[in-house]
This record gives sequence, structure tokens and C-alpha cells, in this order.
Amino acid sequence: MSIWTRKDLTGLDELTTAEINFLLDTARAFKGVGERSLKKVPALRGKTLVNFFVEPSTRTRTSFEVAAMRLSADVVNISATASSLQKGETLKDTALNLQALQADIIVLRHSSPGSSRFLAERLDSSIINAGDGAHEHPTQGLLDIFTIREKFGRVEGLNVAIVGDILFSRVARSNIFGLLKLGAKVTLVGPSTLVPKSFEKLGVRVTHRLDDILEELDVVNLLRIQHERQRKEYFPGLGEYVSLFGLTKARAAKLKPSCLIMHPGPINRGVEIDSDIADGRQSVILEQVTNGIAVRMAVLYSCAGGAGVPT
Amino acid sequence: MDSEAIEKAIRRMAHEIVERHDSPARIVLAGIPTRGVEVANRLAAHIEKIEGVRPYLGKLDISMHRDDLSTRGKVTALEVTDLPVDLDARPLVLVDDVFFTGRTTRAALDALASFGRPSTIQLAVLVDRGHRELPIRPDYVGKNLPTSREEKIRVRFENLDGVPDSVVVIKP
Repeated sequence: MSIWTRKDLTGLDELTTAEINFLLDTARAFKGVGERSLKKVPALRGKTLVNFFVEPSTRTRTSFEVAAMRLSADVVNISATASSLQKGETLKDTALNLQALQADIIVLRHSSPGSSRFLAERLDSSIINAGDGAHEHPTQGLLDIFTIREKFGRVEGLNVAIVGDILFSRVARSNIFGLLKLGAKVTLVGPSTLVPKSFEKLGVRVTHRLDDILEELDVVNLLRIQHERQRKEYFPGLGEYVSLFGLTKARAAKLKPSCLIMHPGPINRGVEIDSDIADGRQSVILEQVTNGIAVRMAVLYSCAGGAGVPT
Repeated sequence: MDSEAIEKAIRRMAHEIVERHDSPARIVLAGIPTRGVEVANRLAAHIEKIEGVRPYLGKLDISMHRDDLSTRGKVTALEVTDLPVDLDARPLVLVDDVFFTGRTTRAALDALASFGRPSTIQLAVLVDRGHRELPIRPDYVGKNLPTSREEKIRVRFENLDGVPDSVVVIKP
């Protein structure tokens, strides 16, 4: 029987294939909870979860919050502007204070890669990475893979393209690690400045021409163009990006009818994706949001249980 | 217990369940994974033989309703709960392989509350090994098997485990 013994989730890179499948299977069971009339189970009753977001986020934080509430945990939200980090306290000291407040689970978003791992190694609380710089965003990766597995019944052998700003994307990294472990074929697509050939070392294919591969894809995952983070020297300009990498109607027409169109949100209509295509039959963008709750419930449940005293 | 004894015990429980329900076709048998589901399957087959109608069969995973998550140190995989009909106003029989402390049953009662409101809830178990910790007791028992707290009960079913049906007490 497969089991889970970790107290933290800091990335998909460090998980085994069995552990990823464990979380996906557990998420399937939790998805059912959201479909009941009474959408709440007592699994984490009496546990305290702190959403500690040093970078702004609405949807990930809300998703964790809903997941925690459905598990009957108590939730406290701490945002960057309210936190003492601005007053000069170090991340570790702030986290130790959260632990002293008897937080059982800390969900951390932070701009520094490795920040989750850093805390996981030093605290007894469970640490869940909700995005650490450009490193990983494991629950987003898991919910993307969950959505793919739910639609196809498998992940192995599927052709998955990830399109956009791969270089600065933690979502891309978590997807790459997870998809490769489950046997998918991954292609990264984008301008050479944002998708360097060096990614091929991970075992993926890199191309700078979306038009060449459209017909063969089972999944196309469009990353958000992060205007706020783009530096001019990397990014070609919106018009040029749309003409080369935007999922326009013409490009969508070349996809297989069974090809899934995914996006982690928030979408820029008319940039990464044509507005009608985003609302179209092949788009699973809103299902990803729903699945995100189930996946996060599975992660919280597993890490809270894995953190216990072994019997 | 060998396969013959198990078969007899389940058949007898099926008769008892039929006797205590006016319309067996309305019964929902809800098995608790993993082996409770198998006991429920077999009960359903017997009830069908006796009455000519098959009760509804479901599966109820109670892991997320237990109260001892953080004392176990590891987490085992959850199964998807699958209840075939609206439970409201139907008689429901929870089915498990072994009855021990009663905590699984308590969690199952909790879990059921989020799916509906059965008219009655009863409990059928293949083996009652004693050591109740809660005011809960089974309505149908295949066999009472007094044990010490340290002993374990191992239930094996041929179609799940690839070895002949058996119930064995394992000494520590």
C-alpha cells in the first residue's frame, strides 16, 4: 500500500513518482468533498494553518484558504505589507514566531528560491511551498497534472507543451519535474531569451516555433506573461509575442480536437490566448481552479498526517 | 475461519439483514475500504439470491473523518467515496471486516452525515474482536472472536489477495 511520510512539500523535484501519484490519488478522493452538499470534513480539526505570503497573491492564497477550511483547519492570513519582514526581521525569525504561535502548517510564498526548504529544515511545523521565486510552485504543478490525468486517464506518453516565459516561471519548473516523472513528453516553447536551450538538460525538448508542433500536442499549457516582472531585454514586445506564441484562433484550429488548453491564470485575453478560445470547449482553465482546491486539500492532509509521531 | 466458515457467516448475516428490513431493494450496503467493500459485495450477492433483488452497493472512505490523523505518523492512500443513490430516507447498512474500537464506525457515521440522512443506519461486521472504546456495537456479526489488545486480525479474500479466504488471529 502506498504511504506518505513527509511533513513538508517544497517541490516536485524531490518527490518520487509514487509520492506524486499518492498526492494525485488523494486529491481524487478530496475532489468528491467539494461535490457534496456539506463541503467540509473534520480531518484537520484543531490545526492552525498560516498563509504567510511575502509576495502578493490572491488566487493561490484563496485556494489554500478554501482547502484548509474544507478540512476544518483554522486559517490565519499574513501578507507582506502586514509582516515584520518590513521592519527588518529575518525570514527565519518571523517563521519561528509563527511556530511559537503554534502554527501546525505554514503555507509560504516568498521571492527567494529555496526559502521553503530553508524553513522546512529548521521548523517543526509543516511547510508548504506556495511559490519560491522562480524555483517551484508544486501545488500548481500538481493541479495541472491532476487535470491532465483526470481528462486522459493517464499522463504517460502524452505530448505536453509549456508555452511562454519558462526562464522565470516556477509553474513551468514544477510542471516539468512532475510531468517527466510521470512519463509525459514535454516541449518548452517560447522566445530564445525566455526558453534557453540549456533546459534540454532536464530531459525536455526546446523549440522556438509553436506553429511546428501544434498538430501533435495533447496538452498546451500557456503561461502568463508576467508584465510586472518582464525586463525589456528578454521580452520581444507584446505584438511580436502574440504573433509568434499567442494561441490565436488560427493556431487553435490546428490543435487536435482532444487537445487540452490550460493556463494557470490570471489570463491576459488576447495575449497568451484568444478570448474566444479561452472560453471554448477545449479550455479547462476553470476546472484547473476547482481541481486546485482538491489538490491543496490532499497536500495539507498528507503533510499534516506525515508530520505526526510515528507509531 | 476458513473460506467455508466465512461463506456461512456472510450468508447468515444476509438472512438477518433481510429479516429486519421490509423492502430489501431499498437497502444501501456501504462498505468501508478495503475489505469491508468485499464483505458488502458478498452480502449483496446473498441478499439477491434470497430475495431476487439486489440492494444498492456503495463505498465509503472514512480516512478524512478520523480524529487521529496526526498520531499515526504516516498517511495511507484514500479511496474515492462512491454512494450510488440519494441516502435520504433509505435504510443503510455499514459493512466492515473487523470491529475493534468503534472509532472507524464513529468516523463513518460522521462521514455519512455529509451525504444525506438515511432512515436507519445499522452495522454489519464479519468479525467482532472486542475492545470497544465507544458506545457503538454492531447489529450483525459474522463471528465473535475474543482477542487480546496486542493481537492482530488478518482477513484475506481470494479475489483481493490471491490466497484462499481466511480470518486469522496473529499473536504479537
